[in-house]
Amino acid sequence: MILTNEIIQQKLIEKFGDQVTGFDEPYGLLSFEAPKELNLKVLQFLYDDADLQFQFLTDLTGVHYPHQIGRELAVVYHLHNLKANIRLRFKIYTAIETPEVFTATQLFSTANWMERETFDFFGVKFIGHPNLKRILNVDEMDYFPLRKEYPLEDQTRIDKDDEMFGRGGTNS
Amino acid sequence: MLETVHNHISLPEGSIEKQTTTINLGPTHPATHGVMQNILELDGERVVSSEQTIGYIHRAFEKLAERRPLYQITPITDRLNYCSSPLNNMGWHLTCEKLLKIETPKRVDYLRIIIMELARIADHLICNSIVAVDAGAFTGFVYVMQYRELIYEIYEEVCGSRLTTNIGRIGGFERNFSNTAFEKIEKFLREYPKVLKEFETLMTRNRIFMDRLQGTGGISAERALNYGFTGPNLRAAGVDYDVRVQNPYSSYQDFDFKIPIGNTGDNYDRFQVREEEMWQSLSIINQAYQKVQAFKGADAEIFHANVPEYYLPKKEDVYTKMEALIWHFKIIMGETDIPKGEVYHSIEAANGELGFYLISDGGRTPFRLHFRRPCFIYYQAYSELTKGAMLSDAIMTMSSLNLIAGELDA
Repeated sequence: MILTNEIIQQKLIEKFGDQVTGFDEPYGLLSFEAPKELNLKVLQFLYDDADLQFQFLTDLTGVHYPHQIGRELAVVYHLHNLKANIRLRFKIYTAIETPEVFTATQLFSTANWMERETFDFFGVKFIGHPNLKRILNVDEMDYFPLRKEYPLEDQTRIDKDDEMFGRGGTNS
Repeated sequence: MLETVHNHISLPEGSIEKQTTTINLGPTHPATHGVMQNILELDGERVVSSEQTIGYIHRAFEKLAERRPLYQITPITDRLNYCSSPLNNMGWHLTCEKLLKIETPKRVDYLRIIIMELARIADHLICNSIVAVDAGAFTGFVYVMQYRELIYEIYEEVCGSRLTTNIGRIGGFERNFSNTAFEKIEKFLREYPKVLKEFETLMTRNRIFMDRLQGTGGISAERALNYGFTGPNLRAAGVDYDVRVQNPYSSYQDFDFKIPIGNTGDNYDRFQVREEEMWQSLSIINQAYQKVQAFKGADAEIFHANVPEYYLPKKEDVYTKMEALIWHFKIIMGETDIPKGEVYHSIEAANGELGFYLISDGGRTPFRLHFRRPCFIYYQAYSELTKGAMLSDAIMTMSSLNLIAGELDA
C-alpha cells in the first residue's frame, strides 16, 4: 500500500474523530492540529501504527502568534516516515499564560534539546522533560526572546549616534 | 608538617572520598575545534558522564531573520556551517523558490550542483583531515588543504568571496561562470582524485589510525534514528537516508551516484563514509560539468530564472531602463511582499539534513524562520556516545561527528 496524505488523514480521523482539525496540504505537506492535551497520544499513534510509522522526528519548534487570543503559542512537529518517505506537520496550540505541554522525550531522544530550545526562546514548559533549562541563552535571562513582544532595535531611532554605520544619528 | 598543610587547604566536603575527576573541555580548548564546552566526569581516563554547554556563539539568527527581506537572509545562512557556506546558501534559495513557486532552468540546477558538491568535498575534507590530526597525523591535513584552497578559488571566481560566500541569488546566480571558473573546476577534477587517493593510502589502512578509530564512538541504527541523526553520521550507522535521493531538489534525479553506508556507526565508519562521499561528489561534479558543457549557444548563457521581483537586474539596465530601476529599488529596499505561506524545505548539507521552516504572513519579511541544524540535533547524543570511553577516544568522537559551532548555536 502506498501511503498518501489522504490515508494518513483518514486514519487520524478514524482514531481521534473531530479532535484532529485543520487539515491542509501547503506545498504538498500534510499538516493538521490537535488539542495540546492530545499531543503525546497523536505522536504515539503516528509512531506505533503499522501503516503510519512516523518514527523520525525531523524538527520541533515554536511559533508565537500574538493576535490569536488563547492560542498564542504553537509547537510544531515535523515528522518523517523514512520507509514510505512521507512527511507531515503536526501543530498544537497553547495559551501563553499556561504554556504547559507534554514532552516527547520518551518517544524521541532527539526531542530533548529541541524542546530545551523551544523553552529557551518561547517559554513553552514541557511537562516531564528530564532537564528543562535554557540551552543557547544564558541561564540568568528572564524573558523569552523569540516572542513577538521583543522587537529588534528600531532602525529609525535617533537617540543613538551611529554615524559610522550610515544611520545618521543625532548629527543628521 | 602534615598538620600545617591541612590547616591551609580546605577541600570541599566529600572531595577526598570522590573517586572521579571533573574536567572542563572547552569552551576554548584546541581539541574542541569550536566554541563549545564539555564538562567531563572522569574515572582515571574513562569518561563516566559528560554534560554539554552550548550557545557561546549564539547570534539570534532566527530573530534577525524576522526583520529582513529574503535576500538579506542569505548572508545569515553563510554563518551556520561555515565550512560549507554554499550549501546553506543554496538551501535557503531553494526554500525561497519553493515558497515563491519559482522554476529554475536546468543549467542553473547543474551549476548549483557543481558548487554544492564542491562545498561538500571541502567540508568532508576538513572533517576527515581533522580526524587524522586528532589521531596524531598532521601531514594529511596540510597536504589536502591545498585543494580546499582551490575550491575556495572557484567560489571566489563565481561569487567573489571565499569563506562566507553569499553565493547565488533567488532564481540563480549573480553572474555566469567565467572561463577561469570552468578552468579551475577542470583543474580540480583532474588533480584532486590523485590527492584524495594519496590521503587514503596514508590513512584508511594505517594500523595506528584504524586502532584509534575502530570501535570507538559507535551508535546503533535505531539509536541514531531516535536521536535524529542525518547525513554521514546516520549513514555510517547503516541507514541509507540521503535527502538528495529521497526528496531530490535542484535536479539531483538526473544524476547517477551511490550512497555509501557503514554498519557500526563508529568513528572509522564515519570517516569511511565521508571518504566515499567525496568520490561520489567528484563523480557528480564530473557529470554536472559534462551536462553544463552540453548547453550551446543562447542556452549556455542562462544563469538565472526570470523573476524580476526577486532577482536583481543588471547594473547597466538599472542605469538605462525604467523597469530595471524600479525593480532594483524595490528589491534593495525590501519592498516586495512575500506571498503568504508555510513551507519546510530541506537539503542534504555536509552534516545532514539542513531544513528551513519558513512562515510568511504576507509581509515583507518572514514571520518566523527556523533552521533545522543537523549539528545541533546530533550533538545531544555525545554523552551517550562517549559513556565509558577513554578521554582520547571522546576527542576523536567529537571531531568525527564534525561539530561546527556556527551550526550548533545559530
